[in-house]
Amino acid sequence: MLEKKDGHWRQTFRGEAPTTVEEPLADVTMGVVNSVTELQELSGRKLIDNDGKIIRRTSRSDPNGCDIYVSTSSAGGGLQMMVAGVVKEMTAESAKRAALGAGAIVMDTIAGNDKRKPHEQIQRIRELRPDMVLISGGTDGGDQRKVVEIAELIAPAKPRPRFGGEYQLPLIYAGNRDATAAIRKVFDAPGFDLSVVDNLRPTLERENLGPAREKIHDVFLEHVMAHAPGYDKLIGWADAPIMPTPGAVGDILQEIAKRRGINAVCVDIGGATTDVFSVYDGVFNRTVSANLGMSYSISNVCAEAGLDQVLRWVHVDMDERELRNRVKNKMIRPTTIPQTLEALIFEQAVAREALRLAFIQHRAFATNLKGVQQQRTVGDVFSQQEAGSSLVDRMRMDLLIASGGVLSHAPRLEQTAAMLLDSFEPEGFTELAKDSIFMMPHLGVFASVHTQAAFEVVVKDCLVVLGSAVCAKGQGKTGKPCFAWTMKVVKQGDGPTKDADASGSLNCGDIAQIQLSAGAEAEIEAKPERGFDFGQGPGKPVTRKVRGGPLGVVLDARGRPLELPKDPAERRASLNKWIKALHVYG
Amino acid sequence: MAKAYTPGLRVSSRSVYRTRRALPTAGKVQVAMGDRVQGSTVVAYTQLEGDVTPMKVASLLACPPKDLPGLMLKKVGDSVKQDEPIARSKGVFGMMKTEVKAAATGTIESVSDSSGMVLLRGAPLPIQIMAHVPGRVVEVMANEGAVIETDAALVQGIFGVGGEARGPIMLACKAAEEELHEDLIRPEMKGCVVIGGARMTAASIAKAKSIGVAAIVSGGMDDADLRDFLGYDLGVAITGSEKCGLTLILTEGFGEIAMARRTFDLLASHKGREASVNGATQIRAGVMRPEIVIPLDAAAPGAAESAPDTGGELAPGVWVRIIRDPHFGLLGTVSALPSKPAMLDSGGKARVLEVALERGGTVTVPRANVERIET
Repeated sequence: MLEKKDGHWRQTFRGEAPTTVEEPLADVTMGVVNSVTELQELSGRKLIDNDGKIIRRTSRSDPNGCDIYVSTSSAGGGLQMMVAGVVKEMTAESAKRAALGAGAIVMDTIAGNDKRKPHEQIQRIRELRPDMVLISGGTDGGDQRKVVEIAELIAPAKPRPRFGGEYQLPLIYAGNRDATAAIRKVFDAPGFDLSVVDNLRPTLERENLGPAREKIHDVFLEHVMAHAPGYDKLIGWADAPIMPTPGAVGDILQEIAKRRGINAVCVDIGGATTDVFSVYDGVFNRTVSANLGMSYSISNVCAEAGLDQVLRWVHVDMDERELRNRVKNKMIRPTTIPQTLEALIFEQAVAREALRLAFIQHRAFATNLKGVQQQRTVGDVFSQQEAGSSLVDRMRMDLLIASGGVLSHAPRLEQTAAMLLDSFEPEGFTELAKDSIFMMPHLGVFASVHTQAAFEVVVKDCLVVLGSAVCAKGQGKTGKPCFAWTMKVVKQGDGPTKDADASGSLNCGDIAQIQLSAGAEAEIEAKPERGFDFGQGPGKPVTRKVRGGPLGVVLDARGRPLELPKDPAERRASLNKWIKALHVYG
Repeated sequence: MAKAYTPGLRVSSRSVYRTRRALPTAGKVQVAMGDRVQGSTVVAYTQLEGDVTPMKVASLLACPPKDLPGLMLKKVGDSVKQDEPIARSKGVFGMMKTEVKAAATGTIESVSDSSGMVLLRGAPLPIQIMAHVPGRVVEVMANEGAVIETDAALVQGIFGVGGEARGPIMLACKAAEEELHEDLIRPEMKGCVVIGGARMTAASIAKAKSIGVAAIVSGGMDDADLRDFLGYDLGVAITGSEKCGLTLILTEGFGEIAMARRTFDLLASHKGREASVNGATQIRAGVMRPEIVIPLDAAAPGAAESAPDTGGELAPGVWVRIIRDPHFGLLGTVSALPSKPAMLDSGGKARVLEVALERGGTVTVPRANVERIET
């Protein structure tokens, strides 16, 4: 529940209830009523009427009801899409970006050059059961034949939608506009419902994802959600269009980045998948790393990363055979929680690898447009900037937000911060935060109704600022000087604790924590040794304003890229030192 | 007292077991309401549309796509055999004509004048669905399949690999705590559902496979042995389609863990009786657990009843299995459900319960770390 108190918007109460989408109840609104009933009991405000509907208040003085009700949805596994394009690295990738940005899970990407033979592509399309298909290909005025070929592979494969035999599979065409008539002809058959929107890659140099994303949202509401149990009712209740949950997270992250004028990354690690969102220079990207998660997919994380990679983060003795069995036991019984400290340490080690792999995938996906011809100067060659390079530069990451069970429910905030630092390896100055109660999706939808209020709640109640990290890029010999720092407090925090100016230096391989309370701000000057960089080039000092938090400021001289000692004894000694310095396990 | 719920696995000596046997696409149902069926009875069959082979014929003829229809030797709907000519170019003054031959046997499904592509549709693929369990048809789903009902003893496992299998039950281990070793697998177990006790070893699995055992049911196994058996490391628990030649079902989990005694005793009591098993497991949405179904004689004493829906509530006296270390695999009954969250050794806080262990003593564990043993 969001309310205006003393002139400020706050999140005041929260209620929760299990989903009722499955049989025997098979009506999502029952779960909604259950959670709102809890909210009613906690707040003392009557919110549900005798017919089981959400009450709207009649005037500002009405003690009962609410003004508006908004909702997101991830029921039934979320929105599942197949995308297709002519060239994998160009139109198909733009289509994938549009679908992911709209909050979908992309089941597969079919492209003219994806190295599968046409009959293999058709077989794959036949096996999939997507909620909808997005087809792109060709620039406006360009070759039509290739995109028609793609459509001609999809049509005979007759992909069957997830919901019912009577359902017409929604197809969105966002390709070469000159090929529209031919595309219409291909799908002029029973079982398809074709919509045409503007080309999402009208020229090689321009990506136009907006119309395709909007159409995906429309189709999601009209077709997919209308077929899920109880959604017809829920759509009538909601005062703003219902959004897929990840789409709403993306919206609020973009709002945060825009308002603060920063680059931001947000990660949501779940049981089955890990979502990474980024906004760099206003460009939004989202990736879903399927099968990188902490329960259903925990075994896949260990298989993909390798158990030795997971165990490099562990500082106590563990038996490998027993761990392998534990991983599988978590996979088959995904709802269990670690009871012992040893189990927690191992889960957090797995999380580091899941996050690391998901971020690698995100950086590889969030790139400049590929296929763009560029005029390059000698300077460009030296700066290594080229089409297809990642937008997500660790040095320019101003804000890193953590969300999802293993990060949000870590017993200590230091553990959350340590996992973020080890897996994302931020460089320079980065603020660390966590989504306190996974409220970002709701605020994302609410932002479409009342942007200012949504943003106020983000700042005051949603994001808990853990502190700031100051991390040196570069590598040096352990024990040699890395950087010197001075901190000048420019604003005291909200609590009674007074923060003091401080200074010091760190050697390579060290990490340290200095106090800077929640609400406090300080200017930190970092003076790196030669070979280390804080964003202005190797050896150049940098001064930046940072925010405090329960963790204060973490000064990280372990080096970037972060490499753990190869020797097991040295590695364990380093881990123990870092764990102690950050008070990770108390 | 606050209510708590947890999922559970069924171990039932007698219950009404129903199974829905349906085709993936519409087809013909072969059975009628009330029919008695055997496990091998075909309930329904259909023919899936054949595979599609696309051919870029215009490119092969080096002609514009719009000219293709005029160059086709076969029209849409015509049958063609592999290597049979389907299109021919006009050539130069009637000479040097290029011919394109069918890449596969099938019928011409479409000829595109936009892309220049020809689609060949192959012969239909037959699909049959069998009853899997002997019983009675209690519902016929038009064009889809049927629901089969039988009185049966039912054991749900926690994890399995391999699909459906049937065979008589044979005991390999004498006790639930006994590991299933190679020497306990005997030649006469060919085609049988073999019941082990605790962990099944890699050698016992290999021997069972070489003999032709239909399925092994045991308490646990090592992850490393599963990886060797499958030939890859299983990332997510969605199984059933493996072609390993042997179905494996774990009743408890991974590691050195004994089968729950009740489960072992129930399976042992049906020695020699036919069982229908399925290793298919799916842990994500729409949870599916492996099953051992042992159809019972209708005339046997004790009326079959549907299991009461207990809603999975945890209450004092309910049988539970602890499903996470440090007490993984231990069985007992719920002795208390403190309402306040407790601090765990991990440093986290969670709602807990106390379990009076079958072997004696009491332990406190998070509520999330137990599962009910349904009866």
